[in-house]
Amino acid sequence: MAKLIFSLDGAFLGEYPIDKERMTIGRRSTNDIHIDNLAVSGEHASILTIGNDSFLEDLGSTNGTIVNGKPIKKHVMQHADVIEFGKFQLKYINELAANMGSGGVGADDFEKTMIIRPSAMKAAVPASGESMKPQAPSSPPAFATPAPVAQVALGSIQVLNGPSTGKELVLSKALTTLGKPGVQVAVITKRPQGYFITHVEGQNHPLVNGESVGAQAYSLQDHDVIELAGVKMEFYLSKT
Amino acid sequence: MNLTNALEIVRLTDVGQKRDHNEDAVASDAEMGLLVLADGMGGYKAGEVASEIAVLTIVAELKEALLDFEPGQVDAVSGMQAESLLIIDAVAKANESIFTVSQSQPQCAGMGTTLVVAMFTNDKVLVGHIGDSRMYRLRDAELTQITEDHSLLQEQLKSGLITPEQAKVSNNKNLVTRAVGIDETVDLELHEYEVQVGDIYLLCSDGLTDLVDDDEISIILAKLNANLEAAANQLIKMANDNGGKDNISVILARVTSPFGVEHGWYDKFLHWLR
Repeated sequence: MAKLIFSLDGAFLGEYPIDKERMTIGRRSTNDIHIDNLAVSGEHASILTIGNDSFLEDLGSTNGTIVNGKPIKKHVMQHADVIEFGKFQLKYINELAANMGSGGVGADDFEKTMIIRPSAMKAAVPASGESMKPQAPSSPPAFATPAPVAQVALGSIQVLNGPSTGKELVLSKALTTLGKPGVQVAVITKRPQGYFITHVEGQNHPLVNGESVGAQAYSLQDHDVIELAGVKMEFYLSKT
Repeated sequence: MNLTNALEIVRLTDVGQKRDHNEDAVASDAEMGLLVLADGMGGYKAGEVASEIAVLTIVAELKEALLDFEPGQVDAVSGMQAESLLIIDAVAKANESIFTVSQSQPQCAGMGTTLVVAMFTNDKVLVGHIGDSRMYRLRDAELTQITEDHSLLQEQLKSGLITPEQAKVSNNKNLVTRAVGIDETVDLELHEYEVQVGDIYLLCSDGLTDLVDDDEISIILAKLNANLEAAANQLIKMANDNGGKDNISVILARVTSPFGVEHGWYDKFLHWLR
């Protein structure tokens, strides 16, 4: 059975099994999921469940319903979606091992690779194909599949010396490489925990604030100065 | 044939964020030009037993079989390098070992493992696989999936029951239709490909491919191709950042120089006769 994990700023508060066809979320105590916070409307949102699929709908709330960082009106819930109400989050967990139909498959076994025998498969292909139809409409719904990524302030670097002084580069991609291939290359990776710089190639490792970062990934802080093949760059986070 | 100088190999395995033990097993042997990756399944800790047996058996069997083996021969039946027969035998042996243990040890009943094995020889790579562990190739900045999963999802895709978009959100991702060690015999899918200098090969478990899509893998391999270790680390970090719900294993191999077999005078003579 699917469930919702309730948390405040990432701290676990409790969990709600989705055991009713329609569940409501709101500030009033009559709601199935009652969130006593002024940012939450009296009747904020509802979750309608049909079979193994749950549909989230905003009930015209004042502050709106946010799923994985995006405001939604209606949304087909996908495993690991995060619904936000102000500082509160509800994470949707859909342990769908039940569709195995093989019994004895506990929730723990979900996501574990399992073997299906060829004989069983002949039956399973058309069967699961049918059950697939209602839950997978032909027009792809708003698949918000990427796992919830914590909000990271957008980082940028600005060149401080040499011919390109003043040039800026926004680090919006997951991976940005810097330097000259064959001479010295480093990569800046954008991760949920922040930005990291790692040495890729070249005899010398990049310097951050005058010190070598070595071979390991180095966590970049606001206003760190990176030096790579003689070029100095300042890393900074934009204020959002 | 010693391929130590023709290949650069990095292998890495990580337990991920959600599991308490690692059921993946990886091995490589630069001298033989051999890469093996297995993702075990079934029962309490039995999965790691199965994958470990598979990897150890295959490496040991091939090591022994290659001792007095002349590379460059072609198997007349399949048209592939003759090493392909050795791989089939080694995998059959691994299957037998796992099946025997699972039959005799109740706590291991029903265990099995996926497998992907690659052997480089004579400017070619022999690729065998069972289940949903994969091999990819990066050539000229383009990533190609070499193996086709033996999974329910892949069957559904092939038969047109579902579209690739629907496959991405399917709840049937974790069902494999073929595995090592669950029956008395196993059917290894084996193919041969030409290699080029500069190719990068990636062997990985589904812990990577379920969480990092092909475009992202392609970008990481292309951007970090100067440093395979950094690339392997980055792949694992990315899978972990996206939830790390399964064990994650990667083996990366770069072809640094050609390794074709010099033909002896007898081969040349035969060639001249034709």
